[in-house]
Amino acid sequence: MVSVATLLVVGALAFGQVFPRNETLYISGAAWGPPIDWNPFITWSKANTSGTAGLIYEPLFFYDPVEDKLIPWLAESAEWKSAELYVVKLRKGLTWQDGTPLTAEDVVFTFELGQKIPALWFSYMWDAYLGAAVAVDTHTVEFRFKATPHYQAFDNNLFNLYIVPKKIWATRSADEITSGMNPNPIGSGAYRYFSHGPDRNVYIRNDDWWGTKVLGLKPAPKYIIEIRFTTNPLALGSLLKGEIDLSNNFLPGMAELVPWGYLRTYLPNPPYMLAANTAVLFLNTTKKPMDDPAFRRALAFSINVDAIVKVAFGGLVEKANPTGLLPHLWKYVDEQVVKELGFTYNPAEARRILAAAGYRDRDGDKFVEAPDGSKIKLEITCPFGWTDWMEAIRIIAESARAVGINLEHRTPDYGAWSTALVSGTFDMTLNNWAGLSNTPWTLYNLLFNHPIREIMGGGNFGRYDNPAIFQLVGDLARTPAWDTAGMKAVCSQIQRIMLQDLPMIPLWYNGLWAQYQETVWTNFPGAEAGRPKWLPSTWAGYWQMGGLHMLCELKPAP
Amino acid sequence: MRYIRKRLLIYILTFFFAVTLDWAILRFMPGDPVQAMLSRAGVIAAQAMEALRGYFIRAFGLDLPLWQQYVNFWRALFKGDFGVSVYLFPKPVSQVLLEAVPYTVALLVPAILLSWLVGNKFGAFAARRKILDSTLLPVGYFLTATPYMWLGLLMAWGLGIALRWFPSGGAYGFGIMPEASLRFALSLVRHWFLPFLSLFLVMFGGWAIGMRNMIIYELEADYSQYLESLGVPRKLIRKYAFRNAMLPQITGLALQLGVIAAGAIATEVAFSYPGIGLLLFQAIQNQDYFLVQGCFLFIIFGVLLGNLLVDIICLVVDPRIRRGTVSE
Repeated sequence: MVSVATLLVVGALAFGQVFPRNETLYISGAAWGPPIDWNPFITWSKANTSGTAGLIYEPLFFYDPVEDKLIPWLAESAEWKSAELYVVKLRKGLTWQDGTPLTAEDVVFTFELGQKIPALWFSYMWDAYLGAAVAVDTHTVEFRFKATPHYQAFDNNLFNLYIVPKKIWATRSADEITSGMNPNPIGSGAYRYFSHGPDRNVYIRNDDWWGTKVLGLKPAPKYIIEIRFTTNPLALGSLLKGEIDLSNNFLPGMAELVPWGYLRTYLPNPPYMLAANTAVLFLNTTKKPMDDPAFRRALAFSINVDAIVKVAFGGLVEKANPTGLLPHLWKYVDEQVVKELGFTYNPAEARRILAAAGYRDRDGDKFVEAPDGSKIKLEITCPFGWTDWMEAIRIIAESARAVGINLEHRTPDYGAWSTALVSGTFDMTLNNWAGLSNTPWTLYNLLFNHPIREIMGGGNFGRYDNPAIFQLVGDLARTPAWDTAGMKAVCSQIQRIMLQDLPMIPLWYNGLWAQYQETVWTNFPGAEAGRPKWLPSTWAGYWQMGGLHMLCELKPAP
Repeated sequence: MRYIRKRLLIYILTFFFAVTLDWAILRFMPGDPVQAMLSRAGVIAAQAMEALRGYFIRAFGLDLPLWQQYVNFWRALFKGDFGVSVYLFPKPVSQVLLEAVPYTVALLVPAILLSWLVGNKFGAFAARRKILDSTLLPVGYFLTATPYMWLGLLMAWGLGIALRWFPSGGAYGFGIMPEASLRFALSLVRHWFLPFLSLFLVMFGGWAIGMRNMIIYELEADYSQYLESLGVPRKLIRKYAFRNAMLPQITGLALQLGVIAAGAIATEVAFSYPGIGLLLFQAIQNQDYFLVQGCFLFIIFGVLLGNLLVDIICLVVDPRIRRGTVSE
């Protein structure tokens, strides 16, 4: 017994793995559950091992939302030769983490998985427009199209589809590819999988990374440890104690802590956070009175978004543009349409619209009845535990009641909420599933997803049925990204119909929550002069939108 | 023996009904676990969504009629198969549970036993001692009325973050991975202490108050007064009172086990402590039928086992039960 114990202690002193603080970057805020898989094709649990996408596996392009441009990554260059042909030139010297070369074969193999397996998220490309992907030589891939490409979505896929090594994946079954755990992942990226625990992920820098040789980039931290906290106070506490360097959790107190100099954020002044996505109030247009554009318009005028910004978010977000487009895509906003048809908080106007459309309080209960005299009693929901949203829907309900719309707020569990959302049994609910993107199409594809099915998993949860706008969203998808004027023209038409009909109401921009302390690592991104201008995010899908570049700019604190 | 046999039969019936209830409640809750899981992916193209839904619904056997699912559930259970977690797909529930059980057991068993022992000793000692009694009473009532979650958050913030005496959350340090080493063991203990203490304190308050009240009751009882009038030393009377007061405290322990399990959930959430409680909390939020079932099975099993142990202890310490079994 004693000898075993001695062995253990000696062994521990000899081999014990403790991560040196000055070589380790501690982060939090991406994962909502324990690490389960390292499969870059699984989208639902991607957040729990966010490094799988972007740190371990890499796409052809990265995307910089600050500058709104694609950054060639595995691809050195790419060109549309015609509407039927897109040619990608890969960089020379690309390698997998096991030392073997990454070639055009691997790229073709990865894209073709979507052709073989309908359950993969990118399989629709093959149904809709992609005809073939061909490896012309080791460094060249030709994409041949059988129909007008959905340029906008295709560009988006270029930086969201992670290339996997053919020799490892070719022997796997379809089930393994769509939902297998893929332990010990071999990618091409700047970090390798190192270890994990129920509340953490550990990545180690890949010192043989091709990017160091080819791009001259080297991420500063040797280790990245992502910690998952179950409560926000724990995340905030660990940040203040210096145990965590970068937190991408929503921590409501930032508006007080940043001015005092405890912590840093990207913007030194309100709202402190960059915008990440748009919180949209979806209205179930299959139910009365949400099927009436006048009612929807009145509701839009009734909502006090400033109160939501101030009370629910402590000033960390900004009111959305009525079109819902994020600031980096404002070049596609038709100001004229917004001026003509936009909405702001104006209870008097809301009451006027209601009265004009025949909504009146006939029985004196302070709430309006529908023009046909029937009572109105509605519910607004969001998942339980999303404290900022819970407060927001309380304010929305209060605003609506102030103009005479009988609206109650309710917070079901996530499971019940999401089922009601996609099966269309809710009255009104909040949603923000259109991620930060290179194209306005991403938001419109969420808002006006079609055709209307029994389960609406892809958006248009309120089942707004308008073939004209569906056609326009399709037109936008088929407009090439270089045709800015063409994109603007289509967007303008979409915005006109959307703001006329208001089937859903964009309210505010959820922030790219990010706060850091610089006792161990400095030179985090910031809007101030001299600071790197990358998105300071470690969320799933954000490593290739600035996260990895941020790591390359970090410096050890003196 | 007959007493034990009777109790066992009751436990088996309780187990059957509890597990059935646990199975049924989930299935009749609004919502669909597969949908909840897939919706985490955000926007997926409709075709891929349909294909994935179909695949998972078949994989979890949710396409079968309910009665068939119920029969399959028991059949699998007897083979020790708890199914596959939805929210942690494709990890088997048994594996998920095995990783979490040690943390919960390490937290609960010492907290329950120590708080019970210390609480009873202290309550008995404090009863009818003016100064102690007048301080114990309010403190004890305060502690026992404290919600586990609240005390946990307060301690995590106060001792963990503001004073920095202890780590504020997790099962071991952020900069260390599980290994057979002294360093790791120390890290485990340091992280274990606060959640343990917060559970201990709340339960301690309850036991101390209970014991104090029981002692006072026993000291008022006829036998104590008789002994006192005979001039028996006070110490001896208190000893008898303590023995008698112990019995309801033992059965009280059995009754409390369920409440304690609920307290463990709140405590584990407050400290990010990766035990069964935290798992159950997340499983419920994600409507993970199989994981919730697994967690409840563990809790039901634990509570029933605890009750059985208490029954046996009662049998040993309470001659009335023993006699009862003999005369029956």
